[in-house]
Amino acid sequence: MVLGNYKTAVSARAADAEILKCSQDGGIVTQLFAYALEEGIIDGAIVAGPGEEPWKPEPLVATTKAELLAARGTKYTISPNMMLIKEATRSYGLDKVGIVGTPCQMQALRKAQLYPIAMRKVPDKIALAIGIFCMENFPYMGLETIVEDHCATKMESAVKMDIGKGKFSVYTERGALSQIPLAATHKYEQPGCHVCLDYVANLADVSTGSVGSPDGWSTVFVRTKKGDDVWSKAVAAGYFETKDIASVKPGLDLVTKLATGKIDKNKKTVEERASFGVGKGLRNPYI
Amino acid sequence: MGLLSRLKEIFKGKEQEPEKPGKPAAGKVAVGKKPAKKPSDVKVEQKLEGKIKEEKPVVNKITVGHVHMSGCTGCLVSLADNYEGLFKILDDYADLVYCLTLADVRHIPEMDVALVEGSVCLQDECSVREIKETREKAKIVVALGGCAAYGNITRFCRGGQWNQPQHESYVPIGDLIDVDVYIPSCPPGAEAIRNVCVMAYLLLQGTDEQKELAAAYLKPLMNLAQRGTEACGCDLIYDVINQGLCMGCGTCAAACPVRAITIEYGRPNIDREMCIKCGACYAQCPRSELSFDVLNQFEGILEAIDGAMGKGGE
Repeated sequence: MVLGNYKTAVSARAADAEILKCSQDGGIVTQLFAYALEEGIIDGAIVAGPGEEPWKPEPLVATTKAELLAARGTKYTISPNMMLIKEATRSYGLDKVGIVGTPCQMQALRKAQLYPIAMRKVPDKIALAIGIFCMENFPYMGLETIVEDHCATKMESAVKMDIGKGKFSVYTERGALSQIPLAATHKYEQPGCHVCLDYVANLADVSTGSVGSPDGWSTVFVRTKKGDDVWSKAVAAGYFETKDIASVKPGLDLVTKLATGKIDKNKKTVEERASFGVGKGLRNPYI
Repeated sequence: MGLLSRLKEIFKGKEQEPEKPGKPAAGKVAVGKKPAKKPSDVKVEQKLEGKIKEEKPVVNKITVGHVHMSGCTGCLVSLADNYEGLFKILDDYADLVYCLTLADVRHIPEMDVALVEGSVCLQDECSVREIKETREKAKIVVALGGCAAYGNITRFCRGGQWNQPQHESYVPIGDLIDVDVYIPSCPPGAEAIRNVCVMAYLLLQGTDEQKELAAAYLKPLMNLAQRGTEACGCDLIYDVINQGLCMGCGTCAAACPVRAITIEYGRPNIDREMCIKCGACYAQCPRSELSFDVLNQFEGILEAIDGAMGKGGE
């Protein structure tokens, strides 16, 4: 159950070389949205677009492939994508909305659909929700400290950031690579992440992340009927190369291991919060 | 106009029923052809037509009423904004037994669910009496919208426009009676009201399994009712950020009906001058309350609701 309900799990990467050029791993999110946009499955997608400050994403309603391409790659700080969920259906007038988000944002999305208290006209307009694997997130100032102080790299000269194999890595435009142990970044994590009980976006239509697949490939979980419909059509149309997840290394075992690790640790945090003070505790959002 | 005339048709057809068992109303009509003396004389004829059209196979509908306190009727409009969904609800799941705006019933009857819109004006005797009566006569009292739940704009945006000079004290209904369920926001989303109606139906008339689901679904909204009668954008600061729970998803900014919330560096920034204290942001926040029992079944529940609304198939 740590991996949520899913119909299929595969290792995949985009077939479009242009997407792969600047993607984080397999370019799954960009490619799937691009396909859905072309086919009219979505009218637009809420993505983490470029912001005013380097590596500070701003949510963007992308309605063209060019806009999707501009939003490629992981930014290790908060992009409040849910902020545009109602705007997308109103100001942008989209009937079929795509959205990408972290596991917590997928929870927010499903809550918005099931309890549309202040989400008029949102519930039936969500056509494709793509979730990304997420261990934790950093506030912008935290990320800036990690990159500039710990990795001694200017934010504006970084071209890619990555977390993997126990390291936080920053690549610069001149080809330099700066790495620090991931453990050194833990203190900059935002506290809200420590009560999160989801690693692989259990509530998305399709969720994806690098863990479990070889470099340049992504692990994909297809979870819902909607997700299955879009994914199988996209694969059939040749938009993705796929490999049997059982045939790749490190495979689902590593995903399960990391998911279990995160959930167990955070469950403990939630429990500890209940008796945080002396006879007093902190609020538990889960009922 | 199509909407309004269909509403009339439905309600008039329904109201006829209690009169039916006695002497057939036809007597009056047949004798008639005289000019109508009172509006009610005319209605009798229309009611007959309405009744013939309305064959109602469903006998175990629940009864729902809309109780109007001091509010703007926006919440009722939001209920009506379910369009054909409202007809489906009224056809299959609920009879609207009381609603000053849409049904010609003067006194609050016994009912399963009372949707209360608006806050209570303490200087208006009738309002105070009626809210107490609502509690006595309804099994489930729902505070529909920010005014009923938290006072909302009626508490600080009167602008001197009192109905009568002495009307100055407006309290959320929860200050006078126990409330079971809150649906905050200004106005609450049409689909949220619809979902609560469907879940109330399942709770009262469903199978054991459906009852369990409905109870789980309604729990967060019941917890909100237990939480208190004050709301503000600053709830996000006190009860989410300061509790170490915010992760910056952006939902609150989307939820705010007056755009008082922006996200600055991953956290909500609340313009308190703009905030109307409707409670939407906190209620919609995934870190205010989250039920995995319900959310993990989101696909099935959304399909079930679509099915209940006769949409299905997609």
